[in-house]
Amino acid sequence: MASGVKPRVKTPKKATAGEAFTIKTLISHKMESGQRKDKKTGELIPRSIINRFTCEFNGTSVIDISIEPAVSTNPYFQFDAVVQEAGDMVFTWYDDDGSVYDTTKSVAIG
Amino acid sequence: MGMYLLKTTAFAAGLALVAGSAAVAGEDSTLTINGDLTISTAAAAPSHLENIDEVVSGWLFRTDETQSLQMDDFDNPSFVFVDIGIDLWEAVDGTEGKSCSSCHTDGPEEFAGLTATMPRVDADGNLETLTEIINRERVEKMGAEPWKYSKTKMASLTALIGLQSRGMPVNVAIDGAAAPYWERGKELYYTRVGQLDIACSGCHEDNYGVMIRADHLSQGQTNGFPTYRLKNAKMNTTHARFKGCMKNIRATPYAEGGDEFKALELYVASRGNGLTVETPSVRN
Repeated sequence: MASGVKPRVKTPKKATAGEAFTIKTLISHKMESGQRKDKKTGELIPRSIINRFTCEFNGTSVIDISIEPAVSTNPYFQFDAVVQEAGDMVFTWYDDDGSVYDTTKSVAIG
Repeated sequence: MGMYLLKTTAFAAGLALVAGSAAVAGEDSTLTINGDLTISTAAAAPSHLENIDEVVSGWLFRTDETQSLQMDDFDNPSFVFVDIGIDLWEAVDGTEGKSCSSCHTDGPEEFAGLTATMPRVDADGNLETLTEIINRERVEKMGAEPWKYSKTKMASLTALIGLQSRGMPVNVAIDGAAAPYWERGKELYYTRVGQLDIACSGCHEDNYGVMIRADHLSQGQTNGFPTYRLKNAKMNTTHARFKGCMKNIRATPYAEGGDEFKALELYVASRGNGLTVETPSVRN
């Protein structure tokens, strides 16, 4: 497991049904591209990135992103969503090494 | 926001304009963070400054995109490092089995205002930086190894402590016991060095607002340090930045944590007396 990985999500506490709101996400991750060489040994440093990010709301997919090695460190995604009822948003990041990081945010309708 | 670029370019184009508008802060000179913390990014120059009427934050010299990163703590990449700082604050290290929080039970909030007055002269008459205080505490109280001067751990913890002073005016002492260090720093600031034979003042006093190839020269204020730079995606300390400047003018940099940079840190901080602490800021 890569070190120092910490998911962060910012959603509004309350959303209006049928109106778009903005979600910001960031996961701290070094995103090792697999293209760099170790300066001392000359060996390639193995790729270690977050390769997929998803967001689900009450079981429905909101966004599903595949991430490639060119994405820089600490990948940040911002997107808009529309919900019709209150519920839980589940954010999931998939690491090359098999680790899965997730975090959940409740969205209320107000 | 982009207005500042135009205004300062005009400064360079006509000397009459410099005298006319330098003392007036533009209407776009206000930085609001998280929608509620308003930071004044320009102030009347401290009285010891002979050649500048108004001191302005480096934030004003950046592009709209970079400026907006600093206007929301979620967007500000520095907060990844502030989080590392929080973890380090709680991390037990050294032979005494202590962390920062073992003694400082009120949390980093205890140090509100500290960064605004650093560096300062200690009880023995020596100039000390926040970095040196942290390392002294690590060695003497925790029995731990000191951290490297500008590496991630130190920069993250100083960013966390600096954040507690955000919104407060920079106010370093330059008189009394600090005077000889300040004079030394001032001498360094105006001394030409390196193959290109440039002093700090050559860019940051005489030519701020001007493009130096692709870079927009600021006044070189340190009110936002340690700062996240987009170019290297990490926190940058003042001493690391001084080092970078010296390399740019093809000079041999002084040592990080050395007497020269400590004196320069004091002098440069004093040039920003009256500006607001923005730590942790975002720059390019």
